[in-house]
Amino acid sequence: MTAELIAKFEKQFPAGPSIRVSLRCPANPSSLTVLFGPSGSGKTTTLRCLAGLEWPELGRISFGDETWFDRERDIFLRPQQRRIGYLFQEDALFPHLNVVHNIAYGLRSVGRAERQQRVREIIELLGLGGLEHRHPKQISGGERQRVALARTLVCHPRLLLLDEPLSALDIPLREQLRRELRRSLAQLGIPAVLVTHDRVEALSLADYMVVFDEGRIRQSGPIEEVFSKPTDLTVARIVGVDTVERARIVAVSDGLATVQIGSAQLAASAPAGINGEVYVCIHAGDVILDKGAPVSQNSARNRLTGRVESLVREGSMVRVSLDCGFSLKALVTNQACQELVLRQGEQVTALLKAPAIHLVPRG
Amino acid sequence: MDFEAIWLSLRLAFFTTLILLVIGLPLAYWLAETRWRLKFLLEAAVALPIILPPTVLGFYILVAIGPQSPFGQGYEAIVGRQLPFSFEGLLLASVIYSFPFAVRPFVAAFSGIERRLIEASWCLGVSQFRTFFRVVCPVSWPGILTGLVLAFAHTLGEFGVVLMVGGNIPGVTRTISIAIYDDVEALNYAKAANTSLLLLGVSFLALSVAYFRPLKGGAI
Repeated sequence: MTAELIAKFEKQFPAGPSIRVSLRCPANPSSLTVLFGPSGSGKTTTLRCLAGLEWPELGRISFGDETWFDRERDIFLRPQQRRIGYLFQEDALFPHLNVVHNIAYGLRSVGRAERQQRVREIIELLGLGGLEHRHPKQISGGERQRVALARTLVCHPRLLLLDEPLSALDIPLREQLRRELRRSLAQLGIPAVLVTHDRVEALSLADYMVVFDEGRIRQSGPIEEVFSKPTDLTVARIVGVDTVERARIVAVSDGLATVQIGSAQLAASAPAGINGEVYVCIHAGDVILDKGAPVSQNSARNRLTGRVESLVREGSMVRVSLDCGFSLKALVTNQACQELVLRQGEQVTALLKAPAIHLVPRG
Repeated sequence: MDFEAIWLSLRLAFFTTLILLVIGLPLAYWLAETRWRLKFLLEAAVALPIILPPTVLGFYILVAIGPQSPFGQGYEAIVGRQLPFSFEGLLLASVIYSFPFAVRPFVAAFSGIERRLIEASWCLGVSQFRTFFRVVCPVSWPGILTGLVLAFAHTLGEFGVVLMVGGNIPGVTRTISIAIYDDVEALNYAKAANTSLLLLGVSFLALSVAYFRPLKGGAI
């Protein structure tokens, strides 16, 4: 069965901009949609409308074959009736309850034995053992957010809504929690919608991506497609990376990873502990093009031979798409383009420094 | 000391506080949550007893509950007694008189609650009504306690309103402060001093409770 989350609504703010959303994303077990965009673009408001915490002025929201909101038919399901999980930007743990009571908070209607069983299981899944009787003030930020996740997951929500849940944490902790989040969602098979403005977070968690700007959706689709084929310049600027490709790490040594990408191999600087499936991200501005010259000495670790697929002018710059066994974008000046006499179908060499290749883990 | 008056004052303060707890909490929560444009008028009305002279307040209450008023007549028809110069009349006046002392700390406590705690509870499937008792009240208990203690202490020491509405009937409406006044009028200073000291002690204790914050505790 293919479940879908369909939302088409308009939400007005008294003194602010309006938010007009038309969204259709998969809600299969463990599918994750990311709502991406700059601050103030309407992502969080959209998420709150999906949760039932805000009611739009117009429109419809449905999940699978259930209607959650329909202004015309006067259907307004409260958050309680939607059976969702919501994770706030900062943890919203109840300060007067300890960890166990926080986790069991939503399980009132469940029998005592089953409640204890479920709380035990989720504590184990998220590695919260030993903290059961602590109060929120007595545990760290990462632990608090993990308790908040446990409290939500233990209720078996049909859809998990996450509002930048990791943004308040420092970077190493954020990466660790991201891994745990991915693992728990996959294990429990809960579809999720995540709000973020963090590119790495989007890439490492999401399958499907919706790009927001100024209260409107600019593009939506499978994440690789949105990153590698932005429909317009605004989206390209928002997503901010030009080449995003799935790849595999074949070897790591001395902090340098060898990555198999399409039919090509790249050397990239490897973040600690990286392995297996990754996304390779390259900014077009970091790619140097070279043509016909004999092999010279330079510091770039990667020399790729490719064919020019297309040239698109962007002001004083030209965006060059290359086929080097995978699709690589380069941004060069008009002048450089003329000096190199770049034309469609012609062969060029692309030079890439290892630190310019960013690897985002997927496994 | 006039133990009859002390006992009466304690009973009056207890029931006043109880009634304020029951009607004050929901009203305060509504005041803290509503975005109604004319809310300020209601807030002003709630705060009125703080600055209105007790005699003025007492006068209006007396007229409102008197046998000439529809309310007074209605009460008499149902209960068979008049409200003025009775314990029930005094209780009603005390509730109005101490209203802001309970409701304002309640509102402050409720307004200070982080909105996302309430929303988190809703998203966990817990109704608005249950959220009020399971999250809102426990989290704001220091403010609720402050309101109750202030209302209790304030009722214990009331004078002007009691005199206007209740008069001076021993065992029915003769409260501590009236007894002190009577003692002073009768030049019985020693007795007045004892009772005054008791009231001073109780008031100081009550305010200490209201201002006490455990080190880790929440603020209002």
